[in-house]
Amino acid sequence: MSDAWEVIFQINTLTAALRLATPIALAAMAGTLSERAGVINIGLEGKLLAGAFAAVYVTYVTGAPWLGVLAAMAAGMLVGLLLGLFAIRLRADHVVAGVGINILLLGLTTWLLQVVWGGRGTSPAVTSLPRWSIPVLRDIPVVGELLGSHSPLVYFTLLAAPALWLVLFRTPAGLRVRLIGEHPEAADTVGIAVNRTQYLTLMAAGALAALGGAQLSLGDLAWFSQNMSAGRGYMALAANVFGQWNPVGSLLAALLFALTDAVQMRIQTLPNPWPAELVQMLPYLLTILVLSGAVRRSRPPAALGRHYPPDHGAGAL
Amino acid sequence: MLEGTGTSRAWLRELAVALVAIALALLAGALLLALAGYSVRDAYWSLFQGAFGNIYSLADTFLNAIPLMFTGLAVAFAFRGGLFNIGTEGQLYVAALATAITALAVPSWPPVLAIAAALAAGAAAGAAWGFVPGLLKARTGAHEVITTIMLNYVAILLTTHLVKTRFKAPGPVDQTALIPAAARLPELVPTTRLTWAIVIAVVLIALVDWILRRSAWGLDVELIGQNPSAAAYAGVPVTSRTACIMAASGAIAGLAGSTIVLGVLHRFITNFSPGYGFTGIAVALVARTRPWGVVPAALLFGALQAGGLSMQLFARIPADLLTAVQGLVILFVAAPGLVAIVRRRRRARTPAAHEAHEANETCVAHETRDAHEARDAHETREAHETRNAHEAHETVRKRGANR
Amino acid sequence: MAVASPDLHPPIVELIGIRKRFGPVVANDGVDLAVLRGEIHCLLGENGAGKSTLMKILYGLYPPDGGEIRVRGQKVHIRSPRDAMALGIGMVHQHFMLVDRLTVAENLIAGQEPVRNGLLDLRRARQAIREMADRYGLRVDPDARVQDLSVGEQQRVEILKALMRNVDILILDEPTAVLTPQEVDELFRVMLQLKADGKTLIFITHKLRETMAFSDRVTVLRNGRHVGTWRTADTSPEQLAEMMVGRQVTLRVARPHRLPGDVLLELDRVSAIDDRGQPRLRDVTLSVRSGEILGIAGVEGNGQLELEEVIAGLRPISSGRIRINGQEPRQPGPRGRRALGLAHIPSDRLRRGLAAPLPVTRNGILGRHWQPPFARRGVLREPAIRSHVGQLLAEFQIRGRLDAPASTLSGGNQQKLVVARELAHGPRVILACQPTRGVDVGAIEHIHSRLLEMRAAGAAILLISADLDELLALSDRLVVMYEGTIVAEGPADRFTRKELGLWMAGQRPDRAGSLAQAAPDRHPAPPKEGAAHA
Repeated sequence: MSDAWEVIFQINTLTAALRLATPIALAAMAGTLSERAGVINIGLEGKLLAGAFAAVYVTYVTGAPWLGVLAAMAAGMLVGLLLGLFAIRLRADHVVAGVGINILLLGLTTWLLQVVWGGRGTSPAVTSLPRWSIPVLRDIPVVGELLGSHSPLVYFTLLAAPALWLVLFRTPAGLRVRLIGEHPEAADTVGIAVNRTQYLTLMAAGALAALGGAQLSLGDLAWFSQNMSAGRGYMALAANVFGQWNPVGSLLAALLFALTDAVQMRIQTLPNPWPAELVQMLPYLLTILVLSGAVRRSRPPAALGRHYPPDHGAGAL
Repeated sequence: MLEGTGTSRAWLRELAVALVAIALALLAGALLLALAGYSVRDAYWSLFQGAFGNIYSLADTFLNAIPLMFTGLAVAFAFRGGLFNIGTEGQLYVAALATAITALAVPSWPPVLAIAAALAAGAAAGAAWGFVPGLLKARTGAHEVITTIMLNYVAILLTTHLVKTRFKAPGPVDQTALIPAAARLPELVPTTRLTWAIVIAVVLIALVDWILRRSAWGLDVELIGQNPSAAAYAGVPVTSRTACIMAASGAIAGLAGSTIVLGVLHRFITNFSPGYGFTGIAVALVARTRPWGVVPAALLFGALQAGGLSMQLFARIPADLLTAVQGLVILFVAAPGLVAIVRRRRRARTPAAHEAHEANETCVAHETRDAHEARDAHETREAHETRNAHEAHETVRKRGANR
Repeated sequence: MAVASPDLHPPIVELIGIRKRFGPVVANDGVDLAVLRGEIHCLLGENGAGKSTLMKILYGLYPPDGGEIRVRGQKVHIRSPRDAMALGIGMVHQHFMLVDRLTVAENLIAGQEPVRNGLLDLRRARQAIREMADRYGLRVDPDARVQDLSVGEQQRVEILKALMRNVDILILDEPTAVLTPQEVDELFRVMLQLKADGKTLIFITHKLRETMAFSDRVTVLRNGRHVGTWRTADTSPEQLAEMMVGRQVTLRVARPHRLPGDVLLELDRVSAIDDRGQPRLRDVTLSVRSGEILGIAGVEGNGQLELEEVIAGLRPISSGRIRINGQEPRQPGPRGRRALGLAHIPSDRLRRGLAAPLPVTRNGILGRHWQPPFARRGVLREPAIRSHVGQLLAEFQIRGRLDAPASTLSGGNQQKLVVARELAHGPRVILACQPTRGVDVGAIEHIHSRLLEMRAAGAAILLISADLDELLALSDRLVVMYEGTIVAEGPADRFTRKELGLWMAGQRPDRAGSLAQAAPDRHPAPPKEGAAHA
């Protein structure tokens, strides 16, 4: 048993956790952003898939993974806009709309996968994102091994969390977003365009989550496969709750989930592995556990999930 | 969205909502087909042929509709109790395996008993799979959408594991042995695979409909769905009821898996479901969460599924397009604003006074006169539309109750 | 319709023929209003008269269906609060537009944030807030969280919010509803200072006393129509009351003297905590006798809601005992209490009292829907339900159809339905919480007389109300709650409004001890939760 622990918690596992955390963390931050603006974002799963597919498709066509990343962001913004259209303009229940979006994107990406490349399972391999090796960082012992060489999106994520925190809690835009999520009437009465701000926030969140998708397809691997998000969007939402609607908290919670994922992958490489299926359950079970423990103590934005009447205010798209 | 009992006009309006949503989704599907360079006519023609073209395709439509009746009913019932069960996929997997194991374990029992035992085992497994997220929701506030979807993955992994390690029949496929003939559901129409499962489904639908409309327990469910605080005030044990609603929903969903094993596959095969669980969400929403609405809605999506296969075979268009169409149906049918817009357009063309009375029923401004009243009306509308969302986080509710 | 005109100042705001309809309800039916520069103008009318709607139109929150708005003589189109603020119009809303979790400064600067290097400049914000606060004597701590402020302090923040946007026309929507009498005096002081500073104030109320006390002119609305505008000095409360309601009203209810009987509701050192674990009730001891109405006075958020929930069985008690009709409930929760003869009119009918989307028939049996005669062996008995609820509608003159959703009823009829349902089964103890909040005068009269009937029939009634007039009119005895404890109790006629106000604010009136007794033990104040309507 102790051997197993050593294998599991070696530096490689932690490095893998960092890599695996990136899509969840980006999606979780996207969840934080939109939920701070009062919109429940169940649609993160769909945004991950949209981003993953768009990234691979555009890279496949152009050969340039960076264009793929841009395309992923555009696709994510589009999906964010779609969620806004239904959840804000058409006043759909946020949760139902989010699930609808996830099923739509699951179907659409799977369909397009076949339309574009024929096969049903995976796309052909494309150029993946480069691995950056940060000069000074990589020479520091341990830290260098952990942080030295990753996809650019991993570094982006580590920087995005504090940056997003700063935006949310220290800038006028962030104050307005929080005001809307807590009390849209109050925001309206001081002249803040509630719905327009929500749309913009949802688009930004969409772009962020889709970057997570790009990391899944172009950062970790170099292809798209059917339903490759595998529930990470929902985990991200749980991470957001566990992280108390705080971008930094979201990142840390995502790291926890990813560590479990990295550990389960590592366990499967052990000489006498535990049954693969049982080990693969770990991240899912952990998500349930963490969510159940976290919600009672949490305090979500007060107006989360509410519609704000678009009959007045600058809301109509 | 999830109204309780209503007048006949409300019923017609909801039918219109469902039809408009389906039409819009198919239209969007056509657009996608056209953009991808397919012939929309060929695609939808082969879809139609595959669903209704001849007696066999019609039978196929029915065959696909049966599990959807169960999953659709399961989702609809949970919705009535204010819960969004997107875990029907997992529930039907555990139920299917439990049914197969039970059927294999009682080879010598008389058919009626063996079938009853196998169905009961499936329903119990499904109920357990629903009970857990229900209890977590009621006790801790963990949102059932997240927990049920996580349990879907767990269910698929668990059943695969169990089949591989304990119940695998010889051969390359991860599946159980065939269940004894005595435990198989008899055919309703000879030489088709239409079995008594459809009768079970219809009886169950009638039962759920009766419970919701005529029983005190059903009124508890509606109360929790419409206003959990009022339910608590009325003395309904909200926590245990919530867990029970999810368990019942899980049991119903489980029967989808059980009847497939007993009536169609005659064994458990890993990953056998083509997404009956998710399609059940669309079925429930198109049915406007009314039990009897589940029958036509399930037939519709059964037809899409049957037709999709023929579209894939004959028009060479991947059937996954229909998953996307399902997602669109969910979006459209859940968007009350869509109806409001259509109505507003129509009203613009008719004398305003004529419509004044109806305006009250739409979700556009429904507000009354003064501060208190306006607030009240606002809350009515809010409670009406965003109940699920409110429910999404128990703490919000509890905090609200504290105000 | 004559508008008193010999004033020196020109109108600063003119509303001409404003119309607004919400679905079938006409909220404003061609309303005219002229407000003169530098005056305090009272907009008087009962609940549902269309006062708030009219002002929300002026503030850009609702688009009018017809009519014209002129500000400073110019015709204007006000499409959003932003437009209104640009015209110098501000509004203090009845339900405060403040976010509990944010600080005072954050609430005040949102929408026009001072920025330094791209980040919020809170130092500059604090300074601006202090300057404005000093100028009008509106003391607040910019760094306090709104949730930690008292209701009066929150209102100060609301007023500051408008002032910091340089308004010179300030609308105040029912600003006194939640204040103690002393806080009301303080508010009036601030308003007079604002007037002296050249600001115009429009003051919405349904209270005659306040109207008479300090408005320059008064406009009365009734059923969405303009009844008239007068100089306040030229009218009397009786005249205004008749204008408001459209008929003569008896402002006082007859409450025949009655000797109280046995104790039917008893709380013995009851404590409870709120959902966040904060203590909200501390050792509350009280008893209500048969034939007695005990009123609970207090500023909202001082434990009344928890008291209601504890008695109704909706919140567990952390220590102490409750006896209803002489017994401790054996079964936890509302069922056990109902079985002992408790009726509960909840303080928020839409949150708790009704499942508004369900039909009237179902709402009329809520709480007893599982037991005979409404259900037998778990099966609902439709004929019994319909005849019972039909009877309730007839008896309480509730306008509504049995099969229509309760949401289609007017606020007054909804409340009457709740009251009818709760009083239908001969309750021994009645927990009546805000029984007439937000309903029209007709419904108020009806509900008050029903409660007095129940008193005459020997029920013990605990009345929790934020309306001092209601408490003083109905109660035999009063207790005052402050921060979760009872700070004073005594016969209702021994309290003056002024004394009540001091007790409610947590102070001890100088001469109070002899008349109304101070409650024996007081505790240090628990952290206070703001009562802002988030």
